[in-house]
Amino acid sequence: MNTKDRLHVEGLEAAYENKTILKDIQLKVPDGRINVIIGANACGKSTLLKAMSRLLKPVGGVTTLDGKAIHTIPPKKLARTLGLLPQSPIVPEGITVADLVGRGRFPHQSFMRSRTKEDDHAVAEAMEMMNIADLAERNIDELSGGQRQRVWIAMALTQETDILFLDEPTTFLDITYQVEILDMLTDLNRKQGTTILMVLHDINLSARYADYMFALKQGELVTQGTPQDVITSEQIKNIFDLDCEVIEDPVSKSPLIIPKGRHHIR
Amino acid sequence: MLSTTWRNKEGKQRRSKVPVVLVCALGLVVVSTLLSLAFGSRAVTWEELMSGLSLSGADSYAASVVQERIPRTVFSLCCGAALGISGALMQAVTRNPLADPSILGVNTGAALFVVFGMAFLGINSQSQYIWLALVGATLTALFVYGIGSLGRAGATPLKLVLAGAATSAALSSIVSAIILPRTNVMDQFRFWQVGSVGSGSWQSIMIFLPFLVVGIVIAIMAASSLNALALGDEVASGQGVRIGVLRLIAAFAGVILCGAATALAGPIGFIGLLSTHLVRLLLGPDLRLIIPFSAMTGAIILTVSDVSGRLLGSPGELEVGVVTAFVGAPILIMLAVRMKVRSL
Repeated sequence: MNTKDRLHVEGLEAAYENKTILKDIQLKVPDGRINVIIGANACGKSTLLKAMSRLLKPVGGVTTLDGKAIHTIPPKKLARTLGLLPQSPIVPEGITVADLVGRGRFPHQSFMRSRTKEDDHAVAEAMEMMNIADLAERNIDELSGGQRQRVWIAMALTQETDILFLDEPTTFLDITYQVEILDMLTDLNRKQGTTILMVLHDINLSARYADYMFALKQGELVTQGTPQDVITSEQIKNIFDLDCEVIEDPVSKSPLIIPKGRHHIR
Repeated sequence: MLSTTWRNKEGKQRRSKVPVVLVCALGLVVVSTLLSLAFGSRAVTWEELMSGLSLSGADSYAASVVQERIPRTVFSLCCGAALGISGALMQAVTRNPLADPSILGVNTGAALFVVFGMAFLGINSQSQYIWLALVGATLTALFVYGIGSLGRAGATPLKLVLAGAATSAALSSIVSAIILPRTNVMDQFRFWQVGSVGSGSWQSIMIFLPFLVVGIVIAIMAASSLNALALGDEVASGQGVRIGVLRLIAAFAGVILCGAATALAGPIGFIGLLSTHLVRLLLGPDLRLIIPFSAMTGAIILTVSDVSGRLLGSPGELEVGVVTAFVGAPILIMLAVRMKVRSL
């Protein structure tokens, strides 16, 4: 881990109505990497993303960007460095793909300074990257789940941030679209060096796409490291309370878990 | 090579709609203004209308009729614009397509305070009504939003509408309870209560103007942040919007616009609902367009409703509040049934 990493979390604690969700989280997000947070349901994965951005005020601790506490940075300025795509954003009725993607430019615009050439360029580039340029004038309501998710990611891209948080970007998508979305995020990371921090549900896809992983259990950071470090049968037992074997993914050479169940014990 | 062709093909079409709609809207504002000046219990001819508008020919009877109608017309344009913007703001803040000053009970709250002032504080001037109405509107808005947010899932469209309807019913009965035993208040209140722009004078316009200007300025400045809010609280926060502050300021503007209009013209319903939905249908969900166009559409609808009321009720007149309710109620039901009402 590099001490120059831009995003640090120090002693972060979060709670909803007196119920502690995150306990003393200490981490640094490696720059320019794809970082994935894994953990069982309700372990605080999404809460960690929210508490690390402006969405949730932590009850203790701090997240710093370039050494500055994020809640002391003016919100719009922060939004030009740190972007976030929540799990279930709302689609305004009757909005077109191009208009929705363009709304990601908000942090770069100010009152009386409407659309500029840079805005148009950013929108065109993001649509190109997410392969949705053909859909530009379509209504969002007409799109499939996979297309819709590409539109939302394109919107996040037009924000042109160095760091991008995504909360379960592949949930509810067919496996084909899950792989497609993760491939596109990898393109983004490789081409533009964007630091990605995302919550993912699927351990095997996480292990395949992540450069670095954080594992949470009941609000605590139990382990972190490369997929090879994190995905071992002992640690999966600890994090998910699941017996499994770990083999090598024949395609990506990353660790692949094979869960055991009560009926299939070798 | 980036393909920017998406803008040139269908993209242009959509964008070129804006000037067309703008020209139509401005044209209709002019037409409704002329109608409002020409029609009434005594209709005037085109020549009489023109001579009434020109400063020189102010001597004939017909010309003076026209001149009397000028403040009423200006007042109804202002009220309609205020109610149109107020509806757009309330819908954006609550992310609820059915939000409208009358549906949320904000008008009734303003009415209750005005009646209270009439009955117990001996208040009888418009400049005093306005402050009472603003307090009433604000408290009711907070109350309805509070009640509507109770329980799981927060302030859903349906819960807000129910809370507004229930509150409105309760407040109306209090209003009746105050008025019924007091004949003097009854007379004073009767015309005010149905909603009428007939009382519009230059004086009421001057009282109204500061509120209108403040409301419009806030609405225009908040429009692009409200666009972000439309994508959900989390997206908006992530884009750097201070959502708490934004909601407060936009709701404040919505409440003063509707409160001031209610104070001076009485509770007029459905204008916000009708104008915003019409604009959204034509131009899509961009609030930077919805806000100014709802102002124009609201002004047109209210003014035309006022003229219709004068013609339908002839030889007397039907108050504009009655007319807008007749047109608005079926549209509300239609919107609710279509159940695209999920959320904005």
